[in-house]
Amino acid sequence: MGATLVVQETKTLSTNKEFWRWKEYRWHDETLDWKGAGVVSAGVDIGSVSSQAVILLDGKLFAFSNQRTGFDSPESANQAIQWAMDGTGLTLRNIHYTVGTGYGRVNVPFADKAITEIACHARGGNFMYGPTVRTILDMGGQDCKAIRCDEKGKVEAFLMNDKCAAGTGRGMEVFADLLSVPIEEVGDLSLSVEQEPPPVSSTCVVFAKSEAAALLRAGWPKNKVLAAYCAAMAHRVVTLLERIEVRKDFAITGGIGKNSGVVKRLEKELGLEALKSPYDSQIAGALGAALFAYTLEVKRRSS
Amino acid sequence: MIANYGYKDGSGDFFIAIDTDRCNGCGDCVPACPAGVFAVGEDLHDPLSDKPVAKVVEEHRKKLKYSCGPCKPDRNRPPLPCVQVCKPLALAHSW
Repeated sequence: MGATLVVQETKTLSTNKEFWRWKEYRWHDETLDWKGAGVVSAGVDIGSVSSQAVILLDGKLFAFSNQRTGFDSPESANQAIQWAMDGTGLTLRNIHYTVGTGYGRVNVPFADKAITEIACHARGGNFMYGPTVRTILDMGGQDCKAIRCDEKGKVEAFLMNDKCAAGTGRGMEVFADLLSVPIEEVGDLSLSVEQEPPPVSSTCVVFAKSEAAALLRAGWPKNKVLAAYCAAMAHRVVTLLERIEVRKDFAITGGIGKNSGVVKRLEKELGLEALKSPYDSQIAGALGAALFAYTLEVKRRSS
Repeated sequence: MIANYGYKDGSGDFFIAIDTDRCNGCGDCVPACPAGVFAVGEDLHDPLSDKPVAKVVEEHRKKLKYSCGPCKPDRNRPPLPCVQVCKPLALAHSW
């Protein structure tokens, strides 16, 4: 005599939507022909969270790609440049000079030189936002950089914080996931509050996450919790910026530059409007790298 | 350029600011620091410049609070050896 084992049908798990996922994409200018270009230069920014590749023709923007960085930096670099070249007919052999930048800059196998992200963001920011930009805030995936530059995009002062997730894309991804809000909707949702709530009190993403969970339990709607977090992030970042003295014009690069919730609150606290660019704020580093590549190739040919 | 090396975390702001325009690359700060926080070399953030300048080494950058701890007692703090030895006054601490 044995007990019959009754197998209950397990509930099918609903598809786990990844709320932290932002759109990966590529673009190229179909009106330009790379075969007629004198110098084809490339910049590859291997960040800890995202990777971009930018291709310039004689210093003019031709193509770029933006995707998540894998665990293998050299492979991420290869994928980034291949995707940027996709559909253009370009191959690596046609690129005259490549500069690698970002966290994984020494791991770009086809790069001719590695240049720091600080120098590249200043240069890229100058191209994207114009020669009036003097203060650039780069809110990256796992770090935050405050850069002051001159009219040519040369660095005059900088400060980088890569010890702490507060003020980084990763911090925002944690919150998007916690609240089950797609990360690309976080900004607008946080601005939909009637009254600005007090910012979350903790300076730490780990504790802020617990604080947010408690606020949700207390009945706070999602948009209010997001507003509180965006406000805390903006405030924290301002304390970093103040250390290098903010001068206008001001611009925000990096993924969080696309988060209106953080951008608007930063603008309010600084009393400055952030410059807008027709280009994606995430490509600033790779763009600066490609511009350096162009300069260095021209220099190489003339020596 | 004012290069701020260090970090900010829940316990505070710990940055050493090096003014690379004032810095003449003399390297006096290197042996002056008992923890070996400094090195002189290529200015990595100004790729078109050849002038060697002082910087905080990567090994210490993210733990400056602890690296500089021995020179910063709670009371009766003497002048910091790195700041004292720098003739062009290119070094400053944020804490």
